[in-house]
Amino acid sequence: MRTQAIGSFLFGKKSLKEFVMDKAIFLVLLMLVIVIAIINPRILRVQVLRDILMMSSTKIIMALGMMFVILTGGVDLGGGRMVGMAAVISASMLQTSDYVRRFYPELGQVPLLLPILLAVIVGTLFGMMNGMIVAKFKVPAFIATLSSMLIIYGVNSIYFNMPPNNSQPIGGLRPDFTYLGSGSIGFIPVIVIFAAIVSIIVWFILNKTVFGKNVYAVGGNPEAAAVSGINITKTLVGLFGVCGFLISLSGVLEAARTGGATNNYGNGYELDAIASCVVGGVSTTGGVGTVSGVIAGVIIFSFINYGLTFVGVNPYWQNIIKGIIIVSAVSFDIRKYVQKK
Amino acid sequence: MYVLEMNHVSKSFPGVKALDDVTLKVKPGTVHALMGENGAGKSTLMKCLFGLYSMDEGEIRFNGEPVAINNVKEALSLGISMIHQELHLIPYRSVMENIWLGRFPRIGGSKSPVVDHQTMFERTDQLLKDLNLSSITPTDLLRTLSVSKAQSVEIAKAVSYDSKIIIMDEPSSSLTENEVEHLFAIIRSLRQRGVAIIYISHKMEEILKISDEVTIMRDGHYVGTWEAGELTTATIIKRMVGRDLTHRFPSGESKIGKELLRVDNYTSPNPRSFKQVSLTLHEGEILGLGGLVGAQRTEVMEAVFGLRLHNEGSLYVRGKEVTINNSYDAKKYGMALLTEERRATGIFPVLSVQDNLVIANIRAYRDKSGLLSSAKMAADTKKSIKDLDIKTPSARTLIKSLSGGNQQKVLFARWLLTVPDILILDEPTRGIDVGAKYEIYVIMRELAAQGKGVIMISSEMPELLGMTDRVVVMSEGRVAGTVNSKETNQEQVMELATKYVG
Repeated sequence: MRTQAIGSFLFGKKSLKEFVMDKAIFLVLLMLVIVIAIINPRILRVQVLRDILMMSSTKIIMALGMMFVILTGGVDLGGGRMVGMAAVISASMLQTSDYVRRFYPELGQVPLLLPILLAVIVGTLFGMMNGMIVAKFKVPAFIATLSSMLIIYGVNSIYFNMPPNNSQPIGGLRPDFTYLGSGSIGFIPVIVIFAAIVSIIVWFILNKTVFGKNVYAVGGNPEAAAVSGINITKTLVGLFGVCGFLISLSGVLEAARTGGATNNYGNGYELDAIASCVVGGVSTTGGVGTVSGVIAGVIIFSFINYGLTFVGVNPYWQNIIKGIIIVSAVSFDIRKYVQKK
Repeated sequence: MYVLEMNHVSKSFPGVKALDDVTLKVKPGTVHALMGENGAGKSTLMKCLFGLYSMDEGEIRFNGEPVAINNVKEALSLGISMIHQELHLIPYRSVMENIWLGRFPRIGGSKSPVVDHQTMFERTDQLLKDLNLSSITPTDLLRTLSVSKAQSVEIAKAVSYDSKIIIMDEPSSSLTENEVEHLFAIIRSLRQRGVAIIYISHKMEEILKISDEVTIMRDGHYVGTWEAGELTTATIIKRMVGRDLTHRFPSGESKIGKELLRVDNYTSPNPRSFKQVSLTLHEGEILGLGGLVGAQRTEVMEAVFGLRLHNEGSLYVRGKEVTINNSYDAKKYGMALLTEERRATGIFPVLSVQDNLVIANIRAYRDKSGLLSSAKMAADTKKSIKDLDIKTPSARTLIKSLSGGNQQKVLFARWLLTVPDILILDEPTRGIDVGAKYEIYVIMRELAAQGKGVIMISSEMPELLGMTDRVVVMSEGRVAGTVNSKETNQEQVMELATKYVG
């Protein structure tokens, strides 16, 4: 009785048990974080935490993009490749003029925003194309994006292989560009500010705009959305476009953060993004998910990623642990939403 | 004079003429029942009206003006709403978002992208108050509401479109008697405001109670329109099926034999579910399981069949204690379960009639090599189709293209192929037209005559009392009492059903 009273005091109407069930995976991971911190308390130093936060920033932006697609019950498997494409496009035009191996040897100093915009526009268009295919041809999202994953990687590799670059890693990025990824204002990294601004905008879109509510509606019950006169095609194209926009933005920032780009950048990031969303409570059955959940999911996931290396867990084991985390997150999620028997 | 006139409407699908010169005239401020057996064309007609189908021929006049309705949006903006049999709501969103979906109030004009939550809340609150639905809060999540409240939300949504015509397709099929009363109260208040309701239902008693006029259709044709006062259940049925149905239930005496199944003290681990349920079923007996929706009847039977957990109680088949942990075990002890949700948990829609028939008994069709014998399956399918008079073009037809009644017969046949002793039927006649209902009753009688035991969960009182030998009435997860069907009446059953409510 007493624990229940305390439970309801802490968590509102829900009982302690329901709360634990609801947040089970979250709590398990929180415990893992604590275990890592106990094994090596140095991970809690401000400098390290700041690093983790910086690492999380591009992933937050990417996962927020991914959330739009998962909200409709799909996934974007092309996300990782899109990161690579946006990174290569932006980096290829933002090298210093005195760098030896330039992608465009004759290119002068272009305005910083131009390559970034270009990369993001290409990403958005690919996203909208995905949305179009899903909406018009009723192709499941994972097939549509599986195909665009291959197409994007192919297109990006052809571009990356253009002479004189011939598939050499792109380096020597301009300082005004790398500042976006690794600079800071006072103690606060610029990239974290980016992530914060994007999060606020995404929160606003999802909660305060007609488009955002239509996304939840189309994800929660497409038929209901259709009979309420919502334009499903428009909504799908829009949300896949937003996804493409955010993922390519994270690709640009990833190039800026690491100071380089290759066509293999971002490979496999989509899986981390999906995992973070699921850990953060975005339901794979569609229609449920919050910005705060996704942010928490990404940070916890990055912490564990970083922490496992930090305490010296063999990288092969890390993969196994991550795999277990993803499958448990989804099974807990499914448990929540299927009718309880 | 009429708010809606549909004149000489025809509509064909490949191979069938679904509507042939149909007429429907609805006066404002009336409840107009649309009746007919499944397949009579009611839904098709309504889909033409709601812009989901286009008519081949005919015209629609709205307030005397001819109109063309090409899509749902046009229907809604004219003032025509439809409340579907399967509710079209979004579970994890609030009541107000569900109601204003597609036309949210916006901050700063209708082109603005930003939703005005304050206005939306106020409008929803006012709307719910107008409809006497104050127990619903605009910010409630849909999934926390009961089926009846969710349906009220759908009605509120229809009203919010300022609808002149609201089509209700089987609105009472999943409601309890109390909730139906509440639905009728809402319908009456809508009628007073001048809204016309087109009410589709198979329940005669309801139709006679709520409607002003009745239009009857048969096989895609218009039979006629009458004042509800001129009609009786018998005349409606006669006009619907085109023949006299003197008996709604097949007659026949049950020959009760030895005990077949005994459920003793079954209790669910979920405190809100069933508690201490005991019942017995005998050979040759049809046992009814009555109660309000939510009395946990389905849950008990699913527990008996091993689909749900129980943490107390024991089960005896022919006097011997057995443990059933899954449907596999249940089948082994000669049990069969016809589930309530035919579409969700019964049929495999994209498989053929034959595949649907043999699936529960599939292991029996293996030959010596362990492979399935097509000849054996085809032979049993042919026999089942003949025995149960299943109307299907062929055994290879996909089951989804059959009518509800024929789908149900296929499911019956599926379980009969496993040669069960104990049949549990959960709402076996829901959503099935009168003719097919009668055929299902006949099958039940035959099974009982063969010495099998049948348990029937039903929310339809006449069927519950007319078809069974005894009725176990449940209330709030407990057995409230057992009555002898021949000696009881609806009032007594209702009294038991509400025994533990409140």
